[in-house]
Amino acid sequence: MALHSHTELRYRIWHYAYLLICTAVFVFLIAPLFVIIPLSFNAEQYIHFSDDMLSLKPEAFSLRWYEDMVYGTKNPWGLAVRNSLMIAFFSTIGATILGTLAALGLSSRFMPYKALVMSVLISPMVVPLIISGSAIFFFIAKIGLASTFPGIILAHIVLGTPFVVIIVTATLTGFDHSITRAATSLGSTPVNTFFKVILPLILPGIISGALFAFVTSFDEVVVVLFLAGPGQTTIPIQMWTGLREQLSPTILAVATCLIMVSIIVLVLIELLRRRSERLRGISLS
Amino acid sequence: MNANAQNKIYTTDGIPLEISLKKVERRNKIKAFLLAAPLLIFLLVIYIFPILNLLTRSVDNRLLSELLPRTYIALQDWDGSELPSEEIYKTFFIDLDIAHKAKVSGKVSTRLNYTKNGYKSLLNKTRRSLKNFEDGNYKEQFIKLHKKWADLEYWQAMKQSMPKFSVDKYLNSFDLETSFDGKIVQKPEDRRVHRILWLRTLYVALGVTICCLFLAYPISHLLATLPLRYSNLLMICVLLPFWTSLLVRTSSWMILLQSQGVINDVLVYFNFIGDKNRLELMYNMNGTFIAMTQILLPFMVLPLYSVMKNISPSLMRAGSSLGGTPFVSFRKIYFPLTLPGIGAGSLLVFILAIGYYITPALVGGASGILISNKIAYHMKETLDWAMASAMGSILLVSVLLIYWVYNKIVGIDNIKLG
Repeated sequence: MALHSHTELRYRIWHYAYLLICTAVFVFLIAPLFVIIPLSFNAEQYIHFSDDMLSLKPEAFSLRWYEDMVYGTKNPWGLAVRNSLMIAFFSTIGATILGTLAALGLSSRFMPYKALVMSVLISPMVVPLIISGSAIFFFIAKIGLASTFPGIILAHIVLGTPFVVIIVTATLTGFDHSITRAATSLGSTPVNTFFKVILPLILPGIISGALFAFVTSFDEVVVVLFLAGPGQTTIPIQMWTGLREQLSPTILAVATCLIMVSIIVLVLIELLRRRSERLRGISLS
Repeated sequence: MNANAQNKIYTTDGIPLEISLKKVERRNKIKAFLLAAPLLIFLLVIYIFPILNLLTRSVDNRLLSELLPRTYIALQDWDGSELPSEEIYKTFFIDLDIAHKAKVSGKVSTRLNYTKNGYKSLLNKTRRSLKNFEDGNYKEQFIKLHKKWADLEYWQAMKQSMPKFSVDKYLNSFDLETSFDGKIVQKPEDRRVHRILWLRTLYVALGVTICCLFLAYPISHLLATLPLRYSNLLMICVLLPFWTSLLVRTSSWMILLQSQGVINDVLVYFNFIGDKNRLELMYNMNGTFIAMTQILLPFMVLPLYSVMKNISPSLMRAGSSLGGTPFVSFRKIYFPLTLPGIGAGSLLVFILAIGYYITPALVGGASGILISNKIAYHMKETLDWAMASAMGSILLVSVLLIYWVYNKIVGIDNIKLG
């Protein structure tokens, strides 16, 4: 991107304007997230930067909202975390198993009606959540699972599978099928081939698909709002209720924790992507 | 052996190779399909059929014909030009009495009130006096009870609400209604609430898409042309918001946009605006617009980036070596090559924006809500599920149309994530 010494002045100006615009957009993208973090350490009840905070006085910062998050009786965040993790765990397992099987079928060149099946499997990602939520709500209520964990988990499996299908299918496109034939010719049974040959190779793809499914379930609020009873409070529901009433510093403490979680997920995904490319012999450029 | 058979190749089992291969292929087809079958069946049962059920719910209008079955039959022969006969009043009394005793008359009055305001109070009053009715002369007794029973419009409204299937909810979604003589007319001006929401949703979705495109284009270009170690670092700025909970990002915008929020504080601090006239950035369209643009921006950057990454820099160099100024080279070479990315990103952002619910509900206020919020309102508050289903169906069909276009242009197999 370096400029040549003989670049005309107007293109120089353009270049710097372009860099300035890019910087502004990056700030627009990332800055809102980092506003939350300092405010969650606010010693006061208000959600704005006090003068003491701006002059970095230590007494303006405190961990009281984190204490409130963990020990506070008014906001049962502990219960919400437990529920969220439980729902996300089971729906991730369901979505990963169903999605991986389907991806294995879809990436076979013998798969009939591939385009049609693919668009059906992807549809939960495309249809607006409010419609998915209403439709699933009527169904779940009809089979008597409204306000139960199984109902929510079933709904979240539906929402999570498209990500697993897409990512595992993408991993399988670079897959060299002669390896499986080699395994078969050496006397391996299909099941054995799958667990000993295919699975280790596509595992990074499966795990990143599972991470997508996990995050989808962990963040999901629209469908849960329809399905959850008072006993099924999740983190997103708790946040939603809190945000509708009043923006409290405790919510910001929770938000900061969630940002940390997303940083961890981001790092994991990047590591998995690199590993997957190395396994499939695609060198990192 | 005849001449024909000599040309055939046989496997060691003595089966013609052609047939044997076909057999294997069919087996492979079944195998592949069986792998996809569990998810397919799961989705069909839990997702696709419920959505189809939602579509039928939107035209389902069987409530009144089930609760007032005799009146339903009696009113079919009534032409609506003058008040119904004594016979019909009597049938209606019988039906209403049964419904009242079965404790479902509340449903009747709610349903009739959708068609004509005032029915609820009328039926409530009538319901309480049912036990005082004497046999014979029902018409007179009804009219004596309330003069609205002598009003032709109420009987016409009842007949109009009777058919087992109706598209009224669809008309209602666009602020239209059928008059009694079967014409489709606009609703009275003070009851037109939906059309403005559709237009606003379209406007916000289009506007957000365009804003995202203009913001994403330069940074995708930068990310695609920088050396990898810098661009990987900057990519975090795009991926971190992408992975962060939607509610977290919305709450960060609430902090920023409030009238006592960070943006206003900064503006006041630097004396750009007075403390008295802080900008109203939230609880209106501004809030919805700004927050949605930032939240959906990664969905535009990622497809643009993956397209730009594959454009060779030597093309632009060739352009300038042939005498093109950077602007000409950009317009004639670079821009056309990025069109697939623009198409993919724009359609993706538009699809997501048109069904947005959470962000408008939190930062949109009354004037910044979108069609999804209205659907949720009908689902949860008014419990007019047929109405919610009708609006949902319209939204669904429009999204599926765009999805179909997306599929034609980009191909769903080419969706990349992360």
